[in-house]
Amino acid sequence: MTSETFSKTVPESKPGDPNGNRPLVASSKQTVVIIEANKSSFSGGLRELWAYRELLYFLIWRDVKVRYKQTLLGATWAILQPVLTMLIFNLLFGKLGGIKSDGVPYPLFAYAGLLVWTFFANAVTNSGNSLVGSAHLITKIYFPRMIVPAGAVAAGLVDLALAFVVQVGLLIYYGVHATWGLLMVFPLVILTTLLALGVGMWLSALNVKYRDIRYAIPFLIQLWMFASPIIYPISMLPQKWHWAVMLNPVTGIIQNFRIALFGNQPFVWKSLAISAVITAIVVTYAAYSFRRMERRFADIV
Amino acid sequence: MEPIIKVQNLGKQYRIGSDGSAYSTLREALVSKFRSPLNGRSRSANKKIWALSDVSFEIGPGEIVGIIGRNGAGKSTLLKILSRVTEPTTGRVELHGRVGSLLEVGTGFHPELSGRENVFLNGAILGMSRAEILQKFDDIVAFAEVEKFIDTPVKRYSSGMYVRLAFAVAAYLEPEILLVDEVLSVGDASFQRKCLDRMKDVGRHGRTVIFVSHNMPAVTRLCERTILLDGGTILQDGPSHKVVGSYLKSGLGTMAAREWADGDRPGNEIVRLCAVRVRAEDGHVSDAIDIRLPVRIEIEFEVLQTGHLLIPNIHVTNDEGVLVFIAGDTDPVWRSTHRPAGRFISTALIPGNFLSEGTMIVAAAVSTMDPVTIHFFERDAVAFQVIDKFEGDSARGDFAGTFPGVVRPMLRWTTSSVSPNDQPEAKELVQ
Repeated sequence: MTSETFSKTVPESKPGDPNGNRPLVASSKQTVVIIEANKSSFSGGLRELWAYRELLYFLIWRDVKVRYKQTLLGATWAILQPVLTMLIFNLLFGKLGGIKSDGVPYPLFAYAGLLVWTFFANAVTNSGNSLVGSAHLITKIYFPRMIVPAGAVAAGLVDLALAFVVQVGLLIYYGVHATWGLLMVFPLVILTTLLALGVGMWLSALNVKYRDIRYAIPFLIQLWMFASPIIYPISMLPQKWHWAVMLNPVTGIIQNFRIALFGNQPFVWKSLAISAVITAIVVTYAAYSFRRMERRFADIV
Repeated sequence: MEPIIKVQNLGKQYRIGSDGSAYSTLREALVSKFRSPLNGRSRSANKKIWALSDVSFEIGPGEIVGIIGRNGAGKSTLLKILSRVTEPTTGRVELHGRVGSLLEVGTGFHPELSGRENVFLNGAILGMSRAEILQKFDDIVAFAEVEKFIDTPVKRYSSGMYVRLAFAVAAYLEPEILLVDEVLSVGDASFQRKCLDRMKDVGRHGRTVIFVSHNMPAVTRLCERTILLDGGTILQDGPSHKVVGSYLKSGLGTMAAREWADGDRPGNEIVRLCAVRVRAEDGHVSDAIDIRLPVRIEIEFEVLQTGHLLIPNIHVTNDEGVLVFIAGDTDPVWRSTHRPAGRFISTALIPGNFLSEGTMIVAAAVSTMDPVTIHFFERDAVAFQVIDKFEGDSARGDFAGTFPGVVRPMLRWTTSSVSPNDQPEAKELVQ
């Protein structure tokens, strides 16, 4: 066993390679790592993220597995959260408040918004707290730190998929006919994931430095929800304020997500484009500032 | 041959906040920005310390190098820089090959997951690929001797099983460069031996190992070359037996016994210190004490002048510099009897299941209480390690993780049932 294990220590040779027994040094293809103060490039970061993709996969797998193993309700929890919120919203805003929901039954309307929002809110919260929660890993092992908030965001996708099953059930119950527009759900989910990653990553890095961020996150999420068209349709707001609401990147996502599901009107490309541009800015800025702050993580976390 | 590790002028500076913590709150930062908007630095009371400064060395392929030094010498900082956990402040490191670091056993183990799942998770965290783990899986499980429980959540493992599994994963990590911190201090003796042998194998096959340890016998057995760090710089670099020898002689290391020659005995014209020894229960001088067993601290002193009330006392400090306790001789005889001239050995018995795991540093003194006079006070006279063998009957119980606390007493626990229906006959359950 010991002689064949050689092959695996040379990165290029495949497991079980019969020629793997060559000397370890003197190999020109060897990985060389240079460690210097204040040297870390952005492109180097991306290449490294790719090299560590298996670790990302394992961290997501752990989060998902542990959550569904521990919780008594298991998968039900992922569904209950948006369903119960939808029922309460339906009573408060749909029935009592009488909010007009663009000709779509209010429960259907609210659930579609909550589906995306619940995923986004949990993803931001979990990734925002992820680095501090992984202090034991960060102080002991090297890996690209971005994997931690990214894993926390990605683990939420499983919950989203489960909650989506209920959405499909609601669509069938209310007799909504599927259109090709439904395919837009996928790029919209990707956009939401990226936005959550950007915000979560930035908050997670700040959280390492300033420990009161963790108390600010729930508050931020709550304010953000009311600022997004989840309870109400954007059409309820005065026309002259639409531009301001659209600056919120969540607006374009939720508005178009509903259109994708209900197929009741053409996509609003303008709001979607604004969302995409703002998401790109947020992700780029977050990645940049994360890379800048990550050098000190192990020292202060 | 070309070195596989090249370290040049490496330095690491840490900033320590006024309250001792490295992080702050946003509120604090905003408040101080508001108060003094021109001052970029928010905390003026920051202290800076160099944990490592101007360290340079080269290590050739296949070398097994030990790194020793007392706590705070910079060993862990060096390892953290080499494993890229933290960045250096100055200097440069070149590593020619894949680096595997083992700064802790079982990093990322999750109690809810099964042994099998944890092997994969921990393997990935340590840098193994899925294919690699799959291939080594059976060997890892066999090495850990937990075949029967591999699908049981690790929270149900005994502490011994947990540590064995965690170490087995690490033992099968096969990078060109392996960095190992003080991880062998856990597990029972035979398993420790197995791990040391496995690491020795690793070295024989051309892999380079850097091994940080307080365990001097292990360092000399495993490494041909040893680097001694002190105060963040290299004090000595050479053959292990020489470096370890001078380290122990210098009094920097843990020493279970120390004797002072006639000329330089600490003390005054009344009393002088001759020797301090740590003895295990079996009476042998030892620097490794089982946490469950008592340990004796012996102070040998010479009284030169008759007519004083002399109280020998010990001050035990742990490796974080926390004073664990002070104890003086309370024997009523010596509290009221003037000491005749001559040699005495006073022995203090520290009970088992009282001290925490880790290094205990003992200061020895002889004082007179009224008026208070300290005849000698020998700081860092001797030191010993308190070791928990994880056999399940220490105060740890079945807990294998970090167990904080200055002392670790084994308390007597009783339980009485107080449910309303059987209150009259509440039973006392004594363990």
